[in-house]
Amino acid sequence: MDSFAIHTEGITKSFGALKALDSVSLDVARGEIFGLIGPDGAGKTTLFRILTTLMLPDEGRAEVCGFDIIGNPRAIRFRAGYMPGRFSLYPDLTVEENLRFYASLFGGRVSDNFGMVEPVYRQLEPFRNRRAGKLSGGMKQKLALCCALIHKPEILFLDEPTTGVDAVSRSEFWDILSGIKQGGMPIIVSTPYMDEASRCDRIALMNAGRILETGSLDEILSRNDMPVYAVRGENNYRTLQNLRHAAGVRDAVLFGEYIHVFAEERLSASVLAAVSGVAEVKGISPNIEDVFINIMGHGKK
Amino acid sequence: MRTLLILLRKEFILFWKNKFIPKVAFIFPCVVILIIPLVTTMDVRHVGVAIVSHDNSRLTQNIITDLGATSFFTVSRSGSYADAMEMVKDGDVDVIVEIPKDFQRSVESGNPIMPHISANGVNGTKGSLGSGYVAGSVMNTVARFRGIKPEEKASVRYLYNPTLEYRNNMIPALMIMLLIMICGFLPALNLVGEKESGTIEQMNVTPVNTTVFVLSKVIPYWIIGLLDLTAAMLIAAAVYGLVPVGALAAIYVAAALFIILISGIGIVIANRSETMSQSMFLMFFIVLVFVLMSGLLTPISSMPHWAQAITYALPPRYFIEIMRSVYLKGTDMSALGMQYILLAFFAVLTNTVAALTYRKQQ
Repeated sequence: MDSFAIHTEGITKSFGALKALDSVSLDVARGEIFGLIGPDGAGKTTLFRILTTLMLPDEGRAEVCGFDIIGNPRAIRFRAGYMPGRFSLYPDLTVEENLRFYASLFGGRVSDNFGMVEPVYRQLEPFRNRRAGKLSGGMKQKLALCCALIHKPEILFLDEPTTGVDAVSRSEFWDILSGIKQGGMPIIVSTPYMDEASRCDRIALMNAGRILETGSLDEILSRNDMPVYAVRGENNYRTLQNLRHAAGVRDAVLFGEYIHVFAEERLSASVLAAVSGVAEVKGISPNIEDVFINIMGHGKK
Repeated sequence: MRTLLILLRKEFILFWKNKFIPKVAFIFPCVVILIIPLVTTMDVRHVGVAIVSHDNSRLTQNIITDLGATSFFTVSRSGSYADAMEMVKDGDVDVIVEIPKDFQRSVESGNPIMPHISANGVNGTKGSLGSGYVAGSVMNTVARFRGIKPEEKASVRYLYNPTLEYRNNMIPALMIMLLIMICGFLPALNLVGEKESGTIEQMNVTPVNTTVFVLSKVIPYWIIGLLDLTAAMLIAAAVYGLVPVGALAAIYVAAALFIILISGIGIVIANRSETMSQSMFLMFFIVLVFVLMSGLLTPISSMPHWAQAITYALPPRYFIEIMRSVYLKGTDMSALGMQYILLAFFAVLTNTVAALTYRKQQ
C-alpha cells in the first residue's frame, strides 16, 4: 500500500439527490503526474476536496501518503500542497507577504524550500510588492503554486490550474510541473482540457461522478482502438444528421472542420463516402477526445 | 502559540490595509459618544407655551413673567384660542394656557376660576411633563398673589443622578452597544469574508489548529474593543464630565468578559452563515433584541413579566447592570459578584458553541 501516493476505494459523495462521486477507486503512484480529466461537473473538485481533507466522503476510504483521510487528516495537512481551482490566497497581502505567511504557517522560512519554487518565483519577482489580488491570471496561478509548494509538501494537488489561462501560460505551467516532478513529488492535477492528457504520466477519465478509464494515454488509446473516420461534408450540419442515421455508424460528432465518425467494424470508407453530402473521407486513429466521447456515449446507452 | 502570532501578524497587516474597517473602528466610538447623547435626550426642555388671555390684569402679567423666568418654557402670547391651536399645529407650541375673563377679580374674591391648560399629546412625554410644569408654575404664582405659601408637596430627590440627566444613564449603554458592534459584528464579518473569498479553503488544508485560527480572528477585535471603550470613557469624562464613581478595574473586568462573550456569538453566527449578508442579518436581529430588551434603553422593571423572564437569558443585561452601578453609584465589584459570574458563564457558553460549530471538514 505504501507504494501509492494516493489510494482510494469506493469513494461516494452525494449532495442531496445529486451523486457527485459514485464509487471512485483509483491509485496514484509515487513520483508520477496523474491527470484527472473530465468536463465541468464530473466530480473532480469534490474528489480533490475529499482527498485534501476538506470534505468527508459518504462512503469509501482513502489514503494519502499512507494516512487515512478520515482517521488522520492532520498528518495529511502537514504533507499536502493544495492549489484550489479558485484563487484562494489573501488578495490584500503582497506576493512576498503571502509566500512568507504560508511558509511560516508550516513552521518554515521561505528560504527553506526556495530551491523548488525558485524557477516559478523568478517570474514573480518583479511584482513581489504587488497585492496578490492585483496580479494577472497567469501570475496568480504561479503565486498559488509557489504557496502550495513552499512548505515542501510530499504530494501536490492542483485543481484545474490551467483553467482560464492562455495557451502559452498553460504550456509554461506544464513545463514547470514537469520540473517539479523531477524531484520525485507525485502530482495529481485535474483539467477539463483533453489535450493536456499527453503531459500526464497516467490519466483517469471522469464523467458524472464515475471514473471511466484509467491508465497511461497510450494504454487508453490502444484499449479503445476503433475505426474512426474523419469526414468533411459540404454542409457540416446536414451531413452530420445524415451520418448519424447511416447504417453502421455508432456516433458522429463535429470536430473542427471535420466530422469524426465512430464506426462499427463492418463499415468501410466507401460506404461512408456514399452518404449524401459527404465530400471527403479518411481513416484516422482516434485521439483522446474521440475515446472520451465514445466511452461517454456508451455510458448513456 | 507561534502559529497564533503568525496569524495575528497577518490579521493586523490586513486590518491596516483595509480601506474601511480601521476608520469604522476608530471614528465610530467618537461619533457615538459625541453625538448620540446629545440627540437622544428624554429631558423636557423648550416647551412652547401660548398664553391666551381674556384678563389684562397684574396677576396675568405675573403668571407670564414667572413662566418666562425658567429655561423650560418659551412663552408667547396669542390673541385667541384658535390662533394658539394654529401654533400647536405648526409645532411651535406644546401647551396652551387660557386665562379666563375676570381672573384676578375671581381670585381676589376667594372663589377663583382657574386657567384652562391644554397640552399637545402627540409627543406624550413633552405634553404631560410640560403641562405639569406649567400648572405648577401657575399655582405658585396665584398662591403668592394671594399672600399664602404654596402648598407643600412631597419633595423628590433623584439619587445618584441628581439632575436626572438621561445622558448619564445613556452613556454606559452606548459604550455597551459600541462593544457589541466592534467585538461582535467585525469578527463575524471577517470570518465570513474569508469564506466568501475562498481564502478559508487554503487555511483549512494547513495543519493550523481551529482554536488558534478562531483566536486569531477575535483577539484583534478584543484589543480594538478595549481601546474604543477607553476612548469612549475619556470622551465621556472630557465632554460630559461623566467619570465613573467606582473602580476602573470593575469596568474593565466586566468589559473583558463581555467582549469574549459577544465575539463568541459573532463566531457562531459566522460558522452558520455562508455569506456576509446572511451573517449581517442574523447579527442585526440579535443586536436589536439585545438593545431593546436588555435594559439598555428602557428599564427592565417596566417590561411585562414574561419579557422580564427572557431578559435573564440576555447577557448584556448583566453588563449594563454592572456598568450603571459602577459608573453612577460606585458599587464595589464584590457586590456585583452574581453579574460577573453570569457574564463569565455566558462567555464560556458562547465560545464552547463557537468551537463546536467550527468545522474544517464538511
